[in-house]
Amino acid sequence: MTRTHARAAWLAAVLTAALALAGCAAEPGSRPDASSPTDAAPATLTVFAAASVAEAFEEIADGFEARHPHLEVVVNSGGSGALAQQIVAGAPADVFASAAQPPMQQVVDAGLAEAPTDFATNTLELVVPAGNPAGVSGLDDLDRPELRVALCDASVPCGAASVELLERAGLTAVPDTLESDVKAVLTKVILDEVDAALVYRTDVIAAGAAVEGIEVPTAASVVNHYPIAAMSDAASSDAGAAAAFVAFVTGTEGRAVLEAAGFGAP
Amino acid sequence: MAARPGTTGRLAWPVVAVAALGLALLVLPLAALVLRAPWSDLAGLLARESVLQALLLSFGTALVATALCLLLGVPLAALLARAAGWPTLPRRLLRAAVTVPLVLPPVVGGIALLQLLGRRGPLGSTLEQWFGITVPFTTGAVVIAQVFVALPFLVFAVEGALRTGDRRTELAAATLGASRWQVFRHVTLPLVAPGVAAGAVLCFSRALGEFGATITFAGSLPGVTRTLPIASYLAMQTDPDEAIALALLLLAVSIAVLLLLRDRWLPGVRG
Amino acid sequence: MTLPTPPAARSALRPMLHADVTVTRGAMRIAAAFDAAPGHPLAIIGPNGAGKSSLLAAIAGLVPLDAGGVVIGDREVDGLAPDRRRIGMVFQDYVLFPHLSVRDNVAFAARMRGRRSTARTAADPWLERYGLTSLADRLPTELSGGQAQRVALARALAADPEVLLLDEPMSALDVEVRADMRDELATHVREFGGATVIVTHSPADAAALADRVLVLEAGRVTQRGTLDELRAAPATPYVERMLAASAE
Repeated sequence: MTRTHARAAWLAAVLTAALALAGCAAEPGSRPDASSPTDAAPATLTVFAAASVAEAFEEIADGFEARHPHLEVVVNSGGSGALAQQIVAGAPADVFASAAQPPMQQVVDAGLAEAPTDFATNTLELVVPAGNPAGVSGLDDLDRPELRVALCDASVPCGAASVELLERAGLTAVPDTLESDVKAVLTKVILDEVDAALVYRTDVIAAGAAVEGIEVPTAASVVNHYPIAAMSDAASSDAGAAAAFVAFVTGTEGRAVLEAAGFGAP
Repeated sequence: MAARPGTTGRLAWPVVAVAALGLALLVLPLAALVLRAPWSDLAGLLARESVLQALLLSFGTALVATALCLLLGVPLAALLARAAGWPTLPRRLLRAAVTVPLVLPPVVGGIALLQLLGRRGPLGSTLEQWFGITVPFTTGAVVIAQVFVALPFLVFAVEGALRTGDRRTELAAATLGASRWQVFRHVTLPLVAPGVAAGAVLCFSRALGEFGATITFAGSLPGVTRTLPIASYLAMQTDPDEAIALALLLLAVSIAVLLLLRDRWLPGVRG
Repeated sequence: MTLPTPPAARSALRPMLHADVTVTRGAMRIAAAFDAAPGHPLAIIGPNGAGKSSLLAAIAGLVPLDAGGVVIGDREVDGLAPDRRRIGMVFQDYVLFPHLSVRDNVAFAARMRGRRSTARTAADPWLERYGLTSLADRLPTELSGGQAQRVALARALAADPEVLLLDEPMSALDVEVRADMRDELATHVREFGGATVIVTHSPADAAALADRVLVLEAGRVTQRGTLDELRAAPATPYVERMLAASAE
């Protein structure tokens, strides 16, 4: 390569890098100002939502954006515990929706949120692969040693509920794997790698024809309460947006979406 | 830059500056880990059964995986080295096949293993129906996942050693009465031993740190399939102190492995 | 340096080497037919690239023959693998085993046949004969050129071959030591007493080490005979130039 070529290539690389950085630095979702009664500047609202409620929240977010055109909602989902850790470590969240009380408590204890409200409940359901190849009929089947069973690990909300449900039934399940979030458990069922698992009722509904759900009569006694809270130190430039979102979730539109997905009333 | 008398061998300062940046990227996170570790609680954390279980499991499976990699990898490396004389397409296909686990995201590797050895997979269903053997969710599955991701490291390290050797040493041995097996045993093998050792170190380290393929294919059950990386991932969600303790443990084991081995066996260091 | 008194030269029960070989190297076809009698070393001399080393390699079985055969005594060896031919070879830069000591290098052939302890003991007289005893535990990287040549020769001869092949034995040595090493090599070759073929491009080497000479140019034999016969009637310009250069 001649000297001029080398210089040109170097310059091109620098320019490309500069453009890329500029693109990254630009605020996502910035749009020219539309007619908005509340705030002139466009803003993003970051919602951290538990994995089990993520799909419902995507739908809720669409409805919210329709109501507030100048806001864009970004839903970040994961295990409730992991999300709580991230928020405590400084991740920029405006709203946190958890699948159980303890992760929310962590965030409250860190002084990052106040006055959480419950917005939904969820109960467990037994799930088997489509066709029920192992002929599972009820919770009692979970202690059959030859059965391949997947459960959530006790340290996550779905797992804590599973442990309680099994204890109440006086069963010792022999799981083959203890996953770190409920979606991973569900995937194992969908792939027909396990014969049975305990997941949320909402997960069974969401998986549709790929799985079959078997209702557990005693499941109603073990209820996961889902709290939601707006972060005190809002990351969004629109301070009122977080509270508005929480209100939307607990309001009629939010409730309708959650009910359709299978969540119970708070 | 023209070298002035007395400055040959010194690097230009921008090079040193950028190199220092790279080094900082590698070292600072580990330093932060050590600094922020819960030292006062460490002993208690490390004595937990869950931690010890994960440690023993990780170590045991990584050792078995390394042994398997040596068994399968050295002949494969010999084949790969010989393939230099093959026609282009078979040679490239062979090399690509060995390289794939290196570039594949580990989770994808785990999914692939499930497709083969899972209940519906061609091999998995055969094993289950004919021999009653199921692979996923067993410790064996952990070893298989580790071998899958770590084998290329060993193969390439050994192949490199084989290629840099002087072929005439093998010919000389033949003129002195060595049969093909004797040549392999007395000449080829000892000369690649440092390369094999380097490959084994890499292989062991990779197997120890394997996460994505393991959690997808083998699952996560304490004492059976929950290796140190999986345990630390889980701990991150609920008990960050335990996660940090596990991370420190992994770091300490890695450093110990590197220190115990001789300098010339380390990848990148020629004897 | 003076060598320890060599034992009596071996009796003339050594076999003869008959070679009639055609071998291909790259684009060149090399064809030569010659005999080497025990006690009368043959030098193959020629310019670089003439195919001399390929000829040796073909005789040793390291490259396949296109046509022809190699006979040692009454054995046809061209179908055999190199390890069965009983042909000893000293390579151009000696190709000692880098991971083995001098003693283990010399003992290698014996080690192939038996156990390590017996092999090492069997190597001792060879080490002594070649003045290598003090170097016995050194690695090849720690040897000088002359020392390495001794080890390579001792290693080849300790295998008790029927035929000895030497490929440019002096070229890896510094010029200052060549004359002395050449004399030493000549002594060892005489001591071996079996059929010996030496490849060289140096007429001085040919004169010191061999009885008769075969000239190879571009894969073809262009002249053969003693050096005096060549001087009397050089057959090609190369032979003329080569002899003229050596006369200086």
